[in-house]
Amino acid sequence: MRALALVLRRLVWFPPTLLGLLAVTFVISRVIPADPVALVAGETATPAQVAALRSQLGFDRPLPVQFVDYVGRLARGDLGTSLYTTRPIADDLASRLAATIELTLVAMALSVLVGIPLGVVSALWRNSVLDHALRVITVSGLAIASFWLGIMLQLLFAMRLGWTPLNGRLAGFPPRGVTGLYLVDAVLAGDWAAFTAALGHIALPAATLAFPALATLVRFTRAGVLEVMQSGFVLYERAMGLPPSVIVWKYILRSALTSTVTQIGLLFGILLAGAVVTETVFDWPGIGTYAVNSIIRSDYNAVMGFTVWAGTIFLAVNLLVDLAHTVVDPRERMS
Amino acid sequence: MRGALFVLARLARDRSALVGLVLILALALAALLAPVLATHPGDVFEIHPAKRLQPPGAQHLFGTDRMGSDIYSRLLYGARITILIGVIAVGASLAIGVPVGLAAGYYHSWASDLLMRVSDIFLAVPQVVLAIAIAQTLGPSLPNVILALSVTYWPWFARLVYAETRSLEKEVFIESTAALGASPLRLIALHVLPNVASPIIVRASIGMGFTILTAAALGFLGLGPPPPTPEWGRTIAESREFLPDAWWYAAAPGLAIFLTVMGFNLLGDGLRDVLDPRIRRAGGAVRASAVNADV
Repeated sequence: MRALALVLRRLVWFPPTLLGLLAVTFVISRVIPADPVALVAGETATPAQVAALRSQLGFDRPLPVQFVDYVGRLARGDLGTSLYTTRPIADDLASRLAATIELTLVAMALSVLVGIPLGVVSALWRNSVLDHALRVITVSGLAIASFWLGIMLQLLFAMRLGWTPLNGRLAGFPPRGVTGLYLVDAVLAGDWAAFTAALGHIALPAATLAFPALATLVRFTRAGVLEVMQSGFVLYERAMGLPPSVIVWKYILRSALTSTVTQIGLLFGILLAGAVVTETVFDWPGIGTYAVNSIIRSDYNAVMGFTVWAGTIFLAVNLLVDLAHTVVDPRERMS
Repeated sequence: MRGALFVLARLARDRSALVGLVLILALALAALLAPVLATHPGDVFEIHPAKRLQPPGAQHLFGTDRMGSDIYSRLLYGARITILIGVIAVGASLAIGVPVGLAAGYYHSWASDLLMRVSDIFLAVPQVVLAIAIAQTLGPSLPNVILALSVTYWPWFARLVYAETRSLEKEVFIESTAALGASPLRLIALHVLPNVASPIIVRASIGMGFTILTAAALGFLGLGPPPPTPEWGRTIAESREFLPDAWWYAAAPGLAIFLTVMGFNLLGDGLRDVLDPRIRRAGGAVRASAVNADV
């Protein structure tokens, strides 16, 4: 019952927080600019054109009315129309979602599969040369600018060594498939040439995204394992003569990973909301690149549509992480 | 004063904190002495098309850029912009977030809940996304970058101070001071604030690194101060069309960002170890740097 109440309380807070987020984006787009209509109309518009557009967009009505209208349209999934592509922004985002999801999944898989074992090893051999070396890597991971790391990887692996393509998602036609994830589609279609090509394209952007995430996971795993190693049940299991590998990989890891799991969720949310900078560097045709192109073209509607989308996704993922946490960790239910 | 000396002495014994301190001092010196250290101080504004894209050498330590300006000299002046952005943005975030957190934590009313919900909204979106939206709306300039970063960073301080204040309220010394008739303002300023100062200081150091990283990302995306401002992120963006030949053009400013952010992160971690004994006792707990992806 306790768990249920907690879940309900989280769910109840979701709509107001979302509404608050919409209020913030509304203020940014309608209230902060001196004249949002002039911004939309562009610099060459005549005053008459601006006035016509103002009443057409409904910007001549009181702000509260505009806000209700804004929320109402968002509730119907209408993020507005892009000034550049003249298509609904929701459609633009949807057509780019698969690319962002694929990149996020590969990056997260990379950082989890490498980061968690490294974190465990780092904790087991605390203060060893290996631990210190790993600490240098994790500290670097949190201090390096993604866009710079991406450019340096391009410089070395794509330009100098020629091992990977410079940017993009695939040179030729995408493999036929239903998921829109090129790696999965290529496997399903048995098209190994396309699979290798897609893998080559995703390698550098995924590595760029994975590096800071990996650094975070190593830190949290190391801290979690060190904490659990000092607890009584580990001493007991040692005394019972359980093999160290079983104690570490089965018992310690399971109770040490709670905070790591939360971090994985948060990182996933951040990356799914649009890896704005990394996608831009690699011309990855995902949501992040769309956002940046919209900035460059001053496609104001699209930038706001992206902000709403990113906020909603991030909120939803956080909610799921919290709920999962409650289900997995009994201690959460008690407090 | 003795407290500060104690903290410094402890920091000096922690090797990585010391490295952080040295990096930050180097940055501060670079910014302060830019006119003296720069080999071509005029190159912030001057261009020399005949000397464009020259590799690093005795004449130009880090080479020249697409305008033939000396990259090393421009980096030194860029340090001033970096420090300016970091200090003002984190300062403003402190000025908003700390009072909000103290008030919301001390008083139990609907207003406390409202304040915390408002900060939750800002924390609900990746900082770089909101900062992009604000900077885009206001237009690319230095004050607008600082504004965008401050507006999106203060909730971190509000959350932190709120949680720390709430955890203090059951303490005997707070209750007894209140029973002696101390006014809320006196209680908050003289008794609560000093006890929540440590986590604030740690967070501020980490926040400097984080803010500088986000500012560089904004500059890279073209939302920072316009050229010819020698902002580091923008310099990296400019360099891209000249790769792979002019590798130094991209490498030098990226390294400057890296070392600066590293300095603040290491110092923040070290400060946490010194100021927050709870963490030390737990044995190798998570160090302070926040989750940071894609900036």
